[in-house]
Amino acid sequence: MKQLVISKIKDGTVIDHINAGKAPLVLRILGIKEDSKENVSMAMNVPSKKMGRKDIVKVEGKFISEEELNKIALISPNATINLIKDYEIKKKFKVKPPEFIEGILICPNRMCISNDKREPITSKFYIKVDENGVVAKCYYCGRKIRDIASYIK
Amino acid sequence: MPKFRHLISIDDLNREDILYILDKAEEFEEVARGRVKLKILEGKILANLFFEPSTRTRMSFEVAMKRLGGDVINLTAQEASSIAKGETLADTIRVVSKYCDAIVIRHPLEGAARFAAENSDVPVINAGDGAGQHPTQTLLDLYTIKKECGKLDGISIALMGDLKYSRTVHSLIKALTLFKTKIYLISPETLMLPDDFLEELNGNIEKVDLDDVIDEIDVLYVTRIQRERFPDEEEYRRVAGSYRITADIVNGRDFIVMHPLPRVDEIDVSVDKTKNARYFQQAFYGVPVRMAILTEVML
Repeated sequence: MKQLVISKIKDGTVIDHINAGKAPLVLRILGIKEDSKENVSMAMNVPSKKMGRKDIVKVEGKFISEEELNKIALISPNATINLIKDYEIKKKFKVKPPEFIEGILICPNRMCISNDKREPITSKFYIKVDENGVVAKCYYCGRKIRDIASYIK
Repeated sequence: MPKFRHLISIDDLNREDILYILDKAEEFEEVARGRVKLKILEGKILANLFFEPSTRTRMSFEVAMKRLGGDVINLTAQEASSIAKGETLADTIRVVSKYCDAIVIRHPLEGAARFAAENSDVPVINAGDGAGQHPTQTLLDLYTIKKECGKLDGISIALMGDLKYSRTVHSLIKALTLFKTKIYLISPETLMLPDDFLEELNGNIEKVDLDDVIDEIDVLYVTRIQRERFPDEEEYRRVAGSYRITADIVNGRDFIVMHPLPRVDEIDVSVDKTKNARYFQQAFYGVPVRMAILTEVML
């Protein structure tokens, strides 16, 4: 018997095919924190035909912009997005890594100016995809990050 | 149209930009020697902001500016450190950029020059940001090779010493890969160029011993091996001793010897009088190259 893990939403954004265990990071990337007002449901390690296990996040009552959603590709490049209106899928797409991001990652280089707490500075990274996955390169010091999940703010 | 507004990293320049600056530098050589008077930067003010001590780089910018008729205001490392306690770099730059026509900055943090450029109303030239970039050094190194070997394409260069931590070497290698050069790397295993840096390069690069290539190279570029990179004094002495150039090594050979200076003892003073030594000439070339850069961003 089929069973819904989390309920359908009327209006909002469904992020599917998130790499298993990465749903909490997806919320962080989207800026959804403990004190956020959004109605959010999250399922982790759900069985998936394509992926074996996957995570799902549903954000009720909020249409998140494509630009914001594409940031998810940094940690989960196969994620798919469903924008829901009146229980119907209005738009469906796969996330694409942005070419440049601001304020999401922390540079691992302690001597990078972006880590100077006194300065009015926002971290910035160029994003590239190569045969080994996503690589972020610090705009300021040039340091490269492959283990991106470890450096999300 | 200027080729660039700020000069932050050698990565921001392509082959044509580099050749353009080197050609322009050549036009300034006689002015740099003081034989020709040229006042094209008269009325312009350069702010030298050195948050870390520097003699050569700061003086050579100052000379370049003054020989072109311009003025210089200096913030010494000591003044800079007292400012740093009370004010952010962003604010210092916002204020100083109201006083001058261009800023030269050296700072201990990587990326500081790029951040300064974001906050400045006037062009910013990076004179070294921590272990990061030092593009004017790279340009003067390329200028030296071009002048002394007559070309950049087709040269064979060996880089020797600390290839892991030296920002000078990293920038130079990146720039050399824009030309048809053969690059040999000579260093102790612990100070070899990092693999992730090598992976990124698309050049003809090989790790060798000096003896293997000594009769083949056009340039031997020597860098300092720093004592603090070694766990103990004995290990340092052993390694540093085996990477020391003497007159016996260079005599009878055609390659030129370069060094970003200051040297400690990796080039014996006996080399200074050989026809191969070019490191003092290299230091002079910093002046016309910086003249080319200053006029590019200010005029």
